[in-house]
Amino acid sequence: MSTESARLRVKTWTCATVVVLSNVFGNFFLKRGMPAELAGPLGYITVLFRPWVTMGVMLLILWLLSRMALLSWADLSYVLPVTSIGYVLVALVSRVFLQEQITAQRWAGIILIMAGVALVSRGAPQTAQGTHR
Amino acid sequence: MKWIYIGVIVATTTVGEVLQAKGMRSHGEIRDFRPGAIGRAMSALTRNWAVIGGVMAMAVSFFAYIRLLSVAELSFAVPATAVTYVLETVLAKYVLKEQVTRLRWAGAALVICGVALVSL
Repeated sequence: MSTESARLRVKTWTCATVVVLSNVFGNFFLKRGMPAELAGPLGYITVLFRPWVTMGVMLLILWLLSRMALLSWADLSYVLPVTSIGYVLVALVSRVFLQEQITAQRWAGIILIMAGVALVSRGAPQTAQGTHR
Repeated sequence: MKWIYIGVIVATTTVGEVLQAKGMRSHGEIRDFRPGAIGRAMSALTRNWAVIGGVMAMAVSFFAYIRLLSVAELSFAVPATAVTYVLETVLAKYVLKEQVTRLRWAGAALVICGVALVSL
């Protein structure tokens, strides 16, 4: 493996980790903070000031920015499957903190997702031509 | 009602993320992560129409998403919106001209099957 591709790999994994964790915990905090009913159009704004929702939104902003950084060098068709490891973490977080059930079927799904992620992450993150610098 | 939200989320997420990828690709690789350099990159991105369009579409998707979260379980909401995978991988090939190798198609297919199992 050349130095350049090793550098890109480390950078890609670091950034992908931030993307995944900020997304999983951002979603989790949002779900924790959301009330059962939103009161009218203004409800969309006032809900942002609930502490859990605020933290969730901050994490999702971090998610957006880190994902944009990742996409500045990595292909969308690489980023999509690799960051889908987040689905597995969401299921685990939902089980531990929200007491939602993980059935046998869901475990099977989790294993398939992890296999897909393992497969794609073995390849190079970047293939599109003409834009390498 | 929740299926309407999912329809809106899928459409805006797909368009938003493809535009975002297109815009970031045209910006080029971000190499410098010091605050000043990040600031300069962000100000350059505010003049990038694809990034702006992408972020706007994702904002719509976000508000539809928090609305969905108030009526559905998280472990339903997240996987149900994963249809965007299929659409985005196809668009990555034909719009973004990425080389979607057999390895990536296989990986994407496994992920989609897995997501379906988790959500159904």
